[in-house]
Amino acid sequence: MVDVSLKHERLKPERLLLTRFLRNKTAVVGLVIILALIVLALIGPWISPFAYDDVDRQAYLKPPSWQHPMGTTQSGRDMWALTLHGLRKSLVIGLVVALLSTSIAAIVGAFAAYYGGWLERFSLWIIDLLLVIPSFLLIALIAGNASGGASSWLLLVLLLTLFGWMLSARVVRSLTQSVRQNEYIAAARYMGLSGPNIIFRHILPNIASLLIIDATLNVSGAILAETSLAYFGFGVQPPDTSLGTLLGDGARQLSSFPWLFAGPATIIVLLILSVNAVGDGLRDAFDPGSQASGKG
Amino acid sequence: MGTYLLKRFLNYAILLVVATNLSWLLAVTQLNPRSLYEISNPPIDPVSIENNLRSRNLSDKVPLSERWVTWSSSILLEWDWGQSPRGGNVGEEIGRRIWVSVRLITLGSLLGVGLGVLIGTWSARRQYGLSDRTFTFLALLGLSIPSFVIANLLQVLATYINDLTGTRFFEFVGETGMHGEWFGAQLLDRVQHLLLPTIALTILGAAFFSRIQRSVMLDSMNSGFVRTARAKGLTRSQAINRHALRVSLIPTSTYFAFSIATLFVGSAFMEIIFSFHGMGEYAVQTIQGHDVHGAVATAAFGGVCVLSGALLADFMVAWLDPRVRSAGASHSG
Repeated sequence: MVDVSLKHERLKPERLLLTRFLRNKTAVVGLVIILALIVLALIGPWISPFAYDDVDRQAYLKPPSWQHPMGTTQSGRDMWALTLHGLRKSLVIGLVVALLSTSIAAIVGAFAAYYGGWLERFSLWIIDLLLVIPSFLLIALIAGNASGGASSWLLLVLLLTLFGWMLSARVVRSLTQSVRQNEYIAAARYMGLSGPNIIFRHILPNIASLLIIDATLNVSGAILAETSLAYFGFGVQPPDTSLGTLLGDGARQLSSFPWLFAGPATIIVLLILSVNAVGDGLRDAFDPGSQASGKG
Repeated sequence: MGTYLLKRFLNYAILLVVATNLSWLLAVTQLNPRSLYEISNPPIDPVSIENNLRSRNLSDKVPLSERWVTWSSSILLEWDWGQSPRGGNVGEEIGRRIWVSVRLITLGSLLGVGLGVLIGTWSARRQYGLSDRTFTFLALLGLSIPSFVIANLLQVLATYINDLTGTRFFEFVGETGMHGEWFGAQLLDRVQHLLLPTIALTILGAAFFSRIQRSVMLDSMNSGFVRTARAKGLTRSQAINRHALRVSLIPTSTYFAFSIATLFVGSAFMEIIFSFHGMGEYAVQTIQGHDVHGAVATAAFGGVCVLSGALLADFMVAWLDPRVRSAGASHSG
């Protein structure tokens, strides 16, 4: 509906979206910070003199210094290297979980609404069932007693995805119900397109704005969830580390050794704040009724 | 409306029973109470370990179906949720802890939603003004900080103030502490202990609800009935206060009802950081301590919270929203 009213200006929808997004200063700053953090996480191993699992026998629990800009831990590991490693793990968890859970939500929600009948009732029942028990407890129950090891983050990704798609799926379902009423869907059906084809080529692209916003907010949601689990020791298991495990360890010694907490805390707040700001900016940019684009 | 709510209630009850049984299955397969005894030093005789576990229906050598029958029948017949591996009745423990959590959460969550509604309404009326942009950013910040970081920072700040003033104004260990004998000393002591977690919960609640209230308020301010009210001669603030604000409170209170469940789980951080022995702490302890029955009972309690929140939300919509209310009346009448 955006391009109809603006055709005379020859403004492409993507261009309009970009303009509207760029007007939101908080979101733009957020995007820049996210990109910077991603770059930092990627080049981390090359710009830090220590690897995250190196032990400096000269420096146990030392405050920040020139050699260790963020101090060292009890076992002599460099906090800067650990934080960058944790950031990488948290970013990977956030991105993969968001991608997977939004995809599941899109598919389940769209198929349920398009086909209706028993498929819809069954999907809704599964959604309700997964929502009954607070997922935090169930994830903790499984992840907290898993064998651990280097692949523990994969299990966590799986669990966060499994318990993270339901609310979005409900929204996708109600949106699909209204998109389904459009004439072009009926036309596609009369042209003999199969149901899955219509869903993937006509319905999902039309609710793409919601899916993009949802995926963005799922990134911060997943990172926050992993952090909370890790605080109790239910997150990524040692020897691996995430921002959450660092914060959990740091919080226990906060009053005596604040540098164990300050660095990871700053990074995670910066990261989640930026992702949320971008999510807000996207929502304003996509929403035709939004006044974020100004009155002009 | 009555049959509608009754149907919802029945549906929720079935969901709860199924979910609780699935959590039992999960807990039984994931937790290993035997390991608690096996690591003990000096080692315990395997026969007595087995006897101990069997007497609490926790032995993994008993067939799953048999354990399930014992577990579910004792709940159904005697409302007995079982024993923890070290002894101690799970139901009694929870009965005590629920009230600790309620005392911890109530004030903070009410203050949070109240402050959130105030800020959200204020922001919406000054959309894109300086105060709106400040509050919007602060709310975004509040939502982006993990709750335990907020609680830990408050604790550090409180310690700093205590040291600076040389007093013990801020208390942050447990529900109660040492206090004088004079009238009201006990109450003051409780208030002092509640202060920090309440501030933390208020910040979190205000951040969350101010965003919801702001967007709902903007929607209702721009809707037809407010324009009609203006056209009939009401001033802008009259129209907003009498019509827009009231309507905007419906979705916000629905969200609040839903948030009851997350409050109990979310309070785990506050409980552990400020040493309140409530439900959140119990959830973490049972999972860490291979307490099958405790973990399942906590999960079931979480489910009850979620579903009462949902039922309360259904009820509130039916009761508060004149559109639903009249629709229900015309259907049943």
